Amino acid sequence: MNRVEQLRGPGPGKRHNARTVAALTGNPGCTRRAVLDAAGVDKVGLAERIGFPGGFGQSRFALARGNAFEAMLKADDCALLRATLGAYVGTYEDLGVDEDGTLSARHARTRTLLEGFTEGLVDHPLLTLDVAGQTVFLEPDLIAYQTGTQLQVVEIKSFAIIDGQADGTAVSAAAVQAAVYVLALRRLLGDDKVSHEVVLVCPENFSLQPVAVVLDVRKQLSTLRRQLSRLESVSVLLETLPDGLTFDLAQPVPALVTALETVDARYAPECLSACELSVFCRHEAGGRTSTLGRPVREALGGVETIDEALALASGAADPAPDQTEAAALLRAALRLRDEALLSGPSSALSGPSSAESSAPSSGDPSSAGSSSVSGAGPR
Amino acid sequence: MSTLVALARAQALAAGRAQPIATVRHLHVHDRPLVLIPFAMAGEANAPLAAMLGTSESEPRLLVVGQPRNRDERFAFTASLAEAVVPYLASFGEGATEAVPVDRGRDVRHRFVDAPQVWVPNPGGVDFLRLLGRSTRFRRTDGDHPVPPAVPLLGQWLTFLAASAEVPGSALLVNAVQALGLHWATGQSAAEDAHLGSLFAWITSGPEAARAAEQGPVAGPATDPDFDNRVLAPLMSSAPAELVAALRDLLMPTWERMWQSLALLRALPAGARVGLRWDTDRDVYSAFVAHLEEDGTPQPRRDGAVAAAARLQRLENAAARYAVQRAFDDPLVMAEHRLTGAAFGGVVSLAKADRIDDTGKRPVLRPRIMVATTEPVRVEPGASLTSPARPSQKAKVISVTPTGSGSDVLLELSGGMGRKLVAEPGSVPVIGEHLLLTTLSEAYRPGAAFPDPADTPWTHGGPPAHSSAHHEDPAAAPG
Repeated sequence: MNRVEQLRGPGPGKRHNARTVAALTGNPGCTRRAVLDAAGVDKVGLAERIGFPGGFGQSRFALARGNAFEAMLKADDCALLRATLGAYVGTYEDLGVDEDGTLSARHARTRTLLEGFTEGLVDHPLLTLDVAGQTVFLEPDLIAYQTGTQLQVVEIKSFAIIDGQADGTAVSAAAVQAAVYVLALRRLLGDDKVSHEVVLVCPENFSLQPVAVVLDVRKQLSTLRRQLSRLESVSVLLETLPDGLTFDLAQPVPALVTALETVDARYAPECLSACELSVFCRHEAGGRTSTLGRPVREALGGVETIDEALALASGAADPAPDQTEAAALLRAALRLRDEALLSGPSSALSGPSSAESSAPSSGDPSSAGSSSVSGAGPR
Repeated sequence: MSTLVALARAQALAAGRAQPIATVRHLHVHDRPLVLIPFAMAGEANAPLAAMLGTSESEPRLLVVGQPRNRDERFAFTASLAEAVVPYLASFGEGATEAVPVDRGRDVRHRFVDAPQVWVPNPGGVDFLRLLGRSTRFRRTDGDHPVPPAVPLLGQWLTFLAASAEVPGSALLVNAVQALGLHWATGQSAAEDAHLGSLFAWITSGPEAARAAEQGPVAGPATDPDFDNRVLAPLMSSAPAELVAALRDLLMPTWERMWQSLALLRALPAGARVGLRWDTDRDVYSAFVAHLEEDGTPQPRRDGAVAAAARLQRLENAAARYAVQRAFDDPLVMAEHRLTGAAFGGVVSLAKADRIDDTGKRPVLRPRIMVATTEPVRVEPGASLTSPARPSQKAKVISVTPTGSGSDVLLELSGGMGRKLVAEPGSVPVIGEHLLLTTLSEAYRPGAAFPDPADTPWTHGGPPAHSSAHHEDPAAAPG
């Protein structure tokens, strides 16, 4: 039994897809996610088992619409897709979906087909990508479209493009996913054989009429390359983990939680929409400034915990040499905040702040009340 | 994120209670607002699923689309929504008007004494209404797929409201998440605050209630995938009556929270300049009512080059004005500017109220004061400062002298002291007075001159083609 199988336990491994690769590069500093994904652990099951389920899933309506749109495009030898792309010549090859055991064979077929391909559309190719020192299979829901000497990735998405504009989050997610495929195809065929421009096919306006737009994913590609190169060390990381460590879901919950705590997480609120384990990590990170989000953490001078930030602000704690500047800013902020709360018109909900505002502050309390502006407006 | 707000979030987390980040309300709250909670069908491009709306908490009206993929039902929904919403929006345009002097009193124009205010739960609700406006305002009332006249009218109204929601400080279309977040800091991240239930619970009851609310019903417009799969899908195919009941259960908690949020905000004293911004909203509303009566063409899909540039400038001006007004209304907002050095507080140490500058053609009153401050001063001699206590008075910085504990700032005052050579009582700060001075200014920002759309230069695509009122082919819509 190798290291990865031992970490995962007897269950079947979760396969990577473009979405998980994209998410992996979203928070590259998170060792916990890197290890769990490398081991193919079922994170949804894990989160439920330890009592922190996340709200992940897709609406069946959204799935149905996505599938209907794709089926419509691919019907009759891709007639509608060809019309949208302007790709009237060439063949349509569907490499199909198959079982775990035949992945390598299908990958070989993909390689043979794509290398000798001249013009046309290839559906469901099976690609590989080295993620964190491991070869993962990617099953893109993708069509590669060959014209001339270059292959183009075609992504079919069911979000609408209305008056030439679409939801920014959806487009950037699609661009990152497409970049994963471009990268995998380039590793297979060579950089000059695959275009950095991908084609996004979406419904236009409020209809199901398809429209094709070209996205340049060079930026996403370079980000992805950089993040993947940083992840290379995961196999080294796996070696450093204690012997006998396992995330086998069959073990008792406290043991499972202990196992998770052996591997450090880097929680940020963005995880809540990207990682199945985020609710647990949020609970674990309680009291840290990172739980309030990166902008808050930075505005607090990058101080690690809430208690530390408040102690620096009130002067109760002496700043470390590298915290002097942050501490001065926090002290000034607390002094101004207390002064303004005292001088402003009484607020209906200002009560709870008294616990903090009574803390010793470096400012001169006698200056409070100086800047009252109530009723001074030029009406 | 300013350090002050970040600090308030940290305090909230430590205390387990939300912290105020404003001492006054920075938003006009209407006496009779329309609360509208839209819900959309997952996967579709802006297909409505349900809406709960009304002007009174005790009378919520629920509109439901039994089968959102059926276009006839969708249009029936839009027609009932129009019938419920348009009369409210238009009613203020039938009310009394007031005269406003323009052109320095040489002329007057009229505006309505009140305007509508629509509340949606979150920014997603605003986006939904914008797209609903886009999909309905070009609908035809004749031809193959006619719609009732109220439908394209609703589209124009929603487009108008959604456009006004982009203007900083406008209160015609308000979202509750933003309105609450403007006044309280919670001990959770902005991502978690985006859930109205969670934000509201944090403010009123604390972190445990917020965590519990996170699991509860969403505030739309997107539904929870789990709800779609478990509740909605089975009912949609079989039981229309139960579907309505299920949607009512889903929307009711948000409905109640919306009204409670309104009450929470009403309890705060309004900022002194909130009324000025509502005046602007009433101007904009009056102009739109006039447009509907006179011309009535739907707003174009995309602004032309000139219109876009003018709009961008209006937005920039509104943003600047909003930032200054909030700071002048609220010492807690002003504190953020003091922290960055754009404002400082101090004590008047010297004052010569009767100083006359007679170097010019005729003598003018130019009192000088010295302000001693311990705060960092980041202004240069020659800069013009204002004090929120005397907004019409300008203070020119003559010199800044560092002292042991801070700086002495010498200022020359002009304006706001009456017309005589002797200052009106109280118009010049006296020795010992605490004074706040800032580089922020409420001064009028003149608009830039833009060419007539017909003279759009070729660099900007040339004059636009005349196609403002093209209608969409209804046959292209999904069946």
